[in-house]
Amino acid sequence: MSFITGVGLTSYGKHEGSSSLDLMSRAAELAISDAGLKRSEIDGVLCGYSTVSPHIMLATVFAEHFGIRPSYAHAVQVGGATGLAMTMLAHHLVDANVAKHVLVVGGENRLTGQSRDASILALAQVGHPAYEVPLGPTIPAYYGLVATRYMHEYGVTQEDLAEFAVLMRKHALTHPGAQFHEAITVTDVMNSKPVALPLKLLDCCPVSDGGAAFVVSRERINEAGVRVLGCAQAHTHQHITAAPALSELGAEIAVAKAKAASGVAISDVRYAAVYDSFTITLAMLLEDLGLAGRGEAAARVRSGYFNGDGAMPLNTHGGLLSYGHCGVGGAMAHLVETHLQMTGRAGDRQVRDASIALLHGDGGVLSSHVSMFLERVR
Amino acid sequence: MSGEQALQDWTLPDWTRGEAAIVYQCCAACGGVQYFRRSFCAACGAPDPADRRASGEGTVYATSLVCRAATPETRAHVPYNIILVDTAEGFRMMAHGDNDLAIGDKVTARFELFTGRLVPYFAKAK
Repeated sequence: MSFITGVGLTSYGKHEGSSSLDLMSRAAELAISDAGLKRSEIDGVLCGYSTVSPHIMLATVFAEHFGIRPSYAHAVQVGGATGLAMTMLAHHLVDANVAKHVLVVGGENRLTGQSRDASILALAQVGHPAYEVPLGPTIPAYYGLVATRYMHEYGVTQEDLAEFAVLMRKHALTHPGAQFHEAITVTDVMNSKPVALPLKLLDCCPVSDGGAAFVVSRERINEAGVRVLGCAQAHTHQHITAAPALSELGAEIAVAKAKAASGVAISDVRYAAVYDSFTITLAMLLEDLGLAGRGEAAARVRSGYFNGDGAMPLNTHGGLLSYGHCGVGGAMAHLVETHLQMTGRAGDRQVRDASIALLHGDGGVLSSHVSMFLERVR
Repeated sequence: MSGEQALQDWTLPDWTRGEAAIVYQCCAACGGVQYFRRSFCAACGAPDPADRRASGEGTVYATSLVCRAATPETRAHVPYNIILVDTAEGFRMMAHGDNDLAIGDKVTARFELFTGRLVPYFAKAK
């Protein structure tokens, strides 16, 4: 059994002068103090990677910098799925008595630490070095390919996709830590600059500075506990050229295994935290996970289903699209927000019932998937 | 990664080696075809799949028109259409193509220069 006993999140956007280690440290400090623990009680560290400051041993670099001497530490790299993959590993580590309190941390000064071109270029390297990268694709282009195919097979339109950007922005407006604070409309999304069609600027998450962390513990500490019910992964390919058919992607496989591990059904879920690097990512994953029928997710957005006061509140902090995306920390913010919602600490954003949550992360080009169910215990 | 192994074994050089050709591999053991070159068949593990030259015929699976590129060299080409093509031989590949291609279009390959390198470029089959 494992519990998420503390969470920490910085604001996302510009943190001029902060290094990746600074942002990781800030988030870690917040999470440890949220758990009511002392630094010395952390005996495991899992961290992600930083494209700005790559290192072959980031976890020990961080531990030394932060001032702790864990008995278990290493980095994990699964692209956008890293945060949930680390949480899954931490869950198994504490469950197997390898560690008592595992600190999971991610943070990067991706916005101010390098040029936007450098970010885009670094990320495009997830493509095949011989058969894809020489063609000049970008991450938006990889997802643009997925988008045209998905739109073709399921009758989804660009206006449908725009709804997800508008929803995430609406949610971000209620969170002071979000990168964006101006409301947008479907027309704004449609009129935004083309990036890799059908994806336009407002269909894409921004590049951000920020950090996020949580503590995963063997035993519950706080009054309101958040327990990991079960989780699972699926990895079907790395490169979009080698991806299986849309109906055979990893999200469906991962969520089916996570449901089996948790003993819950989608109908039990009250809060959803779903990876949203692009509007198409969110639309597809919601449908792959069973949170909407094929081609029907946008209609559910329009009907208010995913609003804070809707039947299935989704990414109430604004997601990657509007809270921001600082790399590994990006999707970890989804879990921090889920924890706040589950423990009744989300303030103005508090939803009525977040007793069971489904979280899903995606790395690469829908390559690596992690699904996880959390349960509130009193 | 794949590019590093046994490149001296290339019996048929392709566009990734600067030649105007698309080459794939065919496994004698299981009949599987693969595009990313390896010294074994990724489907069954059998060694030494045979290199074959593709016809250049195919069908568009997906497209994305890149309007924002990340380097000065690629920026000189925008907008350019990144496409996935399902080839007549049964493998999928990434390439460039005419900007007005649609999913399902039957296409034929030629080769164009992109950032000084030869890349496969598809247009509607005549």
